[in-house]
Amino acid sequence: MKKTTIFGIIILLFILIVSLVVKSNYLFSILIIIGLYAIIVQGLGILMGYAGQVSFGHAAFYGLGAYTAAILTTRYHWPTIAALLAAIILPGTIAALIGRQTLKLRELYLALATLGFGILVFIAFNEGREFTGGPSGISSIPFLNIGSFAFDSDRKFFVLVWAVLALLLLGINNLVHSRTGRALRAIRESEYAAENAGIDSASLKLQAFIFSALLAGLAGGLYAFYITFISPAAFSYHASIEFVLMAVVGGLGTFWGPLLGAAVIVALSEILREVVPLLIPGAGGEYQIIIYGIILILLMVYKPEGLSSLGAVFDRSPKRAEQNTNKQ
Amino acid sequence: MGEQLLQLLFSGLTVGSIYSLMGLSIVSLFNITGILNLAQGEFVVIGALIAVSLCSIGMPMIVVFPVSILLAALLGGLIERLTINRARGASNLNMLIITIGISISLRGLALLIWGTDTYSLPAFTKGGPLFLGGAALNPQSIWIFALAVVNFAGMYLFFEHTYWGKAVKASVNNRTGARLQGINPHTISLLAFVTAGGLGAAAGVSIGPITMVTYDMGFMLGVKGFVAAAIGGLSNVSGAVIGGLFLGILEAFSSGLISSSLKDAISIIILILVLLFRPEGIIGAKRERKI
Repeated sequence: MKKTTIFGIIILLFILIVSLVVKSNYLFSILIIIGLYAIIVQGLGILMGYAGQVSFGHAAFYGLGAYTAAILTTRYHWPTIAALLAAIILPGTIAALIGRQTLKLRELYLALATLGFGILVFIAFNEGREFTGGPSGISSIPFLNIGSFAFDSDRKFFVLVWAVLALLLLGINNLVHSRTGRALRAIRESEYAAENAGIDSASLKLQAFIFSALLAGLAGGLYAFYITFISPAAFSYHASIEFVLMAVVGGLGTFWGPLLGAAVIVALSEILREVVPLLIPGAGGEYQIIIYGIILILLMVYKPEGLSSLGAVFDRSPKRAEQNTNKQ
Repeated sequence: MGEQLLQLLFSGLTVGSIYSLMGLSIVSLFNITGILNLAQGEFVVIGALIAVSLCSIGMPMIVVFPVSILLAALLGGLIERLTINRARGASNLNMLIITIGISISLRGLALLIWGTDTYSLPAFTKGGPLFLGGAALNPQSIWIFALAVVNFAGMYLFFEHTYWGKAVKASVNNRTGARLQGINPHTISLLAFVTAGGLGAAAGVSIGPITMVTYDMGFMLGVKGFVAAAIGGLSNVSGAVIGGLFLGILEAFSSGLISSSLKDAISIIILILVLLFRPEGIIGAKRERKI
């Protein structure tokens, strides 16, 4: 309980200070994107780190959320807050429909199936011209508003996204220390042992999958209302792969992992874009791609358990300590 | 109508042979190392692009073909030593992400060296298309088909009739046991990546004359290879070959008779259906159950 309070205060202070001090819209936009990705990776982290299931298709849920919000507001003139609600529910419903069958698959098979699902939805965004505007997407999406208050500046939107993220962090922290959280971890360690202990693993895995889809949909809806223009490119399988990278790079099954992973991957791309041309004069995007790939490999080779183990001070659970000693 | 169908069958078999080659490489690497290599498509592209450069300095195709295979095989081995070999004992997911990292880096490398241009390669043999039953058949298609057959046969002979092939099979069945017999699993893994690089380049150089080559065509080729592999349950070599041919023919007929924009969607739908309803269908993969 005490730990949770400290985390809450840290995050609130961060939001407060940043929103007061930061002037640059560029910095706000980066922080907003980090916040949105962290929301998705929170859900993905539950699915991967606790339920032990991988998904290479979460950009599809992210995209479904964004397109739901965009289509409902521009075409059917729904109030933005109702459209946001729909943007959460629709991906969750789809996850519920496809989840039970899909989650029977294990590991690499599941990875391939979800990757396929992501590509399929991406193709649908591109081909469904009537509804989605095809490759050129949907523009003039309104800003999110609650009553007469509109989130029409980067600063306001930053506060909104990070407040949502903070609530999620705390909620998920409570969840993983609850009976459900322990049951999920039991499934990750051994599904058969968990079932023998009376845990309905299929149902819990499905719940984790639906939960992660809801969060991806939420992030997608928020993204549409922030950027006010969407096209399929943002929701391709590359994005799905990036979300998994963020989850793994941050550290699966850890408190800070999702946020850290989202921050590191987003910051890495931005920093590479700034720094590489300084080091190698005349270098174009290709150097960034190569270095990005190499850093990814290095991280997986030398830090396979993710970056948040660097700050293991925060996580005094015996399990992690044990994992670390096993590594030696 | 009959001619059109025959024409579609020819182009389906050509594309299908390419997918079979992709599937073959993916399945054999998966069987040997347990790694699902998302960078296989990039090996194909790099191999083809190396051939493009060799051709541009005036080498004849008969030299270009083996040299690019050799270079790509070396690259495959180098990558194994620098990445996979250093990540011994990593989880399947981490290995998958490492291959994603390899594929990203290779794509960047291809972009750096060869740019965004579209290249073509000369056909292996000169001469116009053959006409069979009123449908045109590109001689290069025959080469690709032959390459798939030779590959498949070579793999069969290797695994069933050579010492090294048996060593590989032994090391797949039982790592510790193979080790006790003096078979080094790390050497086997190196060998597997050298082969994957070489096979990739062979596929790339042979399809270059038909499909053109760009730096970013690897990912979709890889996905098609995965579909072919999945049809065979990921671990069955002949399943992957049949799967690839089936996929190619299906794509050719659906884009010829319905719409070409559906082509990619159809292969993905097949992938999902096969995974969902027949994951072990044709042959089940060995699965370790953790208790």
